[in-house]
Amino acid sequence: MQELTRLQNERVILMGNEAIVRGALESGVQFVSTYPGTPASEIGNLFSEIAKNNDSIYFEFSTNEKTALEAAIGASFSGLKCLVAMKNFGMNVALESLIPFGYTGSKGATVIIVADDPSCHSSAQSEENSRGFAYLSHIPVLEPSDAQECLEFVRLGFQISKRFHLPVIVRTTTRVAHQKAVVQTSGLPKVRPSDAEFIKDKHRFVTMPPRVMEMHQELLDKISIIKLFVEDSDVNYVYGDLSTNTNTKRAGIITSGVAYLHVLEALRMLGKDVPVLKLGFFYPLPEQKIKDFIKPLKKVLIVEELDPYLEKEVAALAKSANPKLVIYGKNILPETGEMNPEIVAGAVAAVVRKKYVVPQSMVEGVKHFPRFCSGAATCPYWRVFAAIKKAVPENTVFGGDIGCYMIAALPPHNLYDYMFCMGSSIGIGHGIAKATNGQQKVVTLIGDGTFFHSGIEALLNAVYNQSNLLAIIVDNRITAMTGHQPNPGMGKAAETDAAPEIKIEEVARALGVKNIKIVDPVDGFDELVTSIQEYYPKNEISVIIAKRICALLEKRQKQ
Amino acid sequence: MDKTFNIVISGVGGQGLVTLLKIISQAAFDEGFDVKTSELHGLSQRGGSVEVYIRFGEQVFSPMVPKGQANLIIALEQQEVLNGAQFASKKSIFLINKYQTPTLAVDVGLDEIKQRLADVSKKVFVIPASEICQKKLGNEVVSGIYLLGYAVRKKYLPLPMKSLEEAIKKTMPEKFWELNLKALHLSKT
Ligand SMILES: Cc1ncc(C[n+]2csc(CCOP(=O)(O)OP(=O)(O)O)c2C)c(N)n1
Repeated sequence: MQELTRLQNERVILMGNEAIVRGALESGVQFVSTYPGTPASEIGNLFSEIAKNNDSIYFEFSTNEKTALEAAIGASFSGLKCLVAMKNFGMNVALESLIPFGYTGSKGATVIIVADDPSCHSSAQSEENSRGFAYLSHIPVLEPSDAQECLEFVRLGFQISKRFHLPVIVRTTTRVAHQKAVVQTSGLPKVRPSDAEFIKDKHRFVTMPPRVMEMHQELLDKISIIKLFVEDSDVNYVYGDLSTNTNTKRAGIITSGVAYLHVLEALRMLGKDVPVLKLGFFYPLPEQKIKDFIKPLKKVLIVEELDPYLEKEVAALAKSANPKLVIYGKNILPETGEMNPEIVAGAVAAVVRKKYVVPQSMVEGVKHFPRFCSGAATCPYWRVFAAIKKAVPENTVFGGDIGCYMIAALPPHNLYDYMFCMGSSIGIGHGIAKATNGQQKVVTLIGDGTFFHSGIEALLNAVYNQSNLLAIIVDNRITAMTGHQPNPGMGKAAETDAAPEIKIEEVARALGVKNIKIVDPVDGFDELVTSIQEYYPKNEISVIIAKRICALLEKRQKQ
Repeated sequence: MDKTFNIVISGVGGQGLVTLLKIISQAAFDEGFDVKTSELHGLSQRGGSVEVYIRFGEQVFSPMVPKGQANLIIALEQQEVLNGAQFASKKSIFLINKYQTPTLAVDVGLDEIKQRLADVSKKVFVIPASEICQKKLGNEVVSGIYLLGYAVRKKYLPLPMKSLEEAIKKTMPEKFWELNLKALHLSKT
């Protein structure tokens, strides 16, 4: 992985996330913070290696996305070039700080990577579309389509941020972040070890009324200036030729992100030549360019994944630019799930009136459910769930959380009765326990990583407001699901093997939990069963820490 | 018209699909082709169904193989071929590793699999790659590499063996070269 730092001007195959890292390196990034989440995790994993041997780049795995963003905001205020990376749900956690960051703006240029996952290949909870954050925050959003653009858009993001003193979001999706393609790299700048200084500037960094209202206006003023920049930017361009557009009854296509690549593929499949307006900026949009594009058209097809944001914008612009324009979009394309070449070909064919049958396979597929590791490295969670099954009645309400243990929602376990987002097993369990006057017993499961991310707050609420749930914390000594990143319980951090080890039992005790046990679910299986049985009837909150190292990690440590 | 070569590899998480993808895409790139691939990470790593796409040719647009356009479908787990088959045409070549892990739902036997594929393509080959690798090399993790070597030797994959050997060296740490190169050539012996 060190190869990323050794590349010169070369053509190589890179994954989208690798290209993002390379783009940040080419921009001279100095401060990188992240919280892992698929499909963004490789960015942090790569930087954790790169920063080890590099005294001009600071890197940390923060404890959650909010602290990751806040760390970068502090570094930006101190003048450093910053990169923050997270998956879509992470932005919800960080949102509280994202919005004022638009108001203050950045000092050191700052790029925020947010990775969406249409079709939920590696996400639970929702098919969140992070483009919506543009409307909430007024922070510019770029949408790369391929690995080359991942590199270039990160560089462009840093340039825009430097010039306009605003952070820039680069939004990817699974098929961009985890796409490998040919990428042209450039050389790396010389970055000196940081001599950052926080120079006091209360006018700029303190958001309080009445100043905050001025800041709001300043942000909108910045965006009006950036709009001019966006109109001229060559990352919004027309592919194909409007003048040769005779055999397609004056149709056009507007698209962005990976959908652009599906559009080109679809046009090739159909043997059609339709002009395509490819948008690199999602926010702000090049409104004049869009108007010029749609003006001569009779019909336009908007191809975008998930919500019809672009479609609504185009419809609004068409009112003045071309009121008779027929707009196709979500009326013939799905609003859920990712797109692919055939879906897009079907829509293009309908618009240009060409016969095309979306190929349907007659073969019935299969589904292998993900499972806990077994064999040479058998996951300790098997024993946790066996113990629970043995110890508590079936009518117990089981709350699940986010980590490898969520697999217990699937066959053969089919355990959980509710599952939401990180930390919520305890938060929602508390509400059920209170609503039912403690009559319906709630048992929740949460991992060490997720406990540190956002379980602590929920446990605090459950103690403070006195519910009787039993929280089982499955402590496998690592954040496993996202690819083995360190967390505060391990005594390790990104750049050091000597971080303070935060003990879950001490945290729980400090929060006021009185019933706490630590049990090894493999060697102490019987004790785990009796501990659950002992705490189950209690009319106050209890915590059992089922502590046993992830079997894969153990195997790797031995190798 | 479109001469992109399309590969779908299906299997379950942990079988080394991403390693195969890396080797094939590096080899195709070294042969001067444009390349695009797509892979999945995360939940799918833990024994769940996964499929990856590799496309190479003069100019490749989408990272996803369009349905009906797969030239080569490799299944590292036999039932998973039914997912790979979603991308098949009458001309697709199927290489199926004779190896089964339970789905934890309804399992499909090999006879039933063959029957379901009978109408799809005539070129369906079931190869006991896991068993051969385990017996001859003491390690079944390289069964995908074995199938890759098989595909190249039979000209089902239009890339020279030499560039796959080089790609193995470029994409893997040196300590794994010997085992993987052996697996690549094993089907010849
Ligand atoms: C807000 C948010 N950030 C990140 C993720 C990605 N993610 C999924 S599981 C997980 C961590 C799980 O760690 P842990 O609780 O220790 O469980 P383990 O996988 O080790 O069993 C993360 C960070 C997410 N789903 N939501």
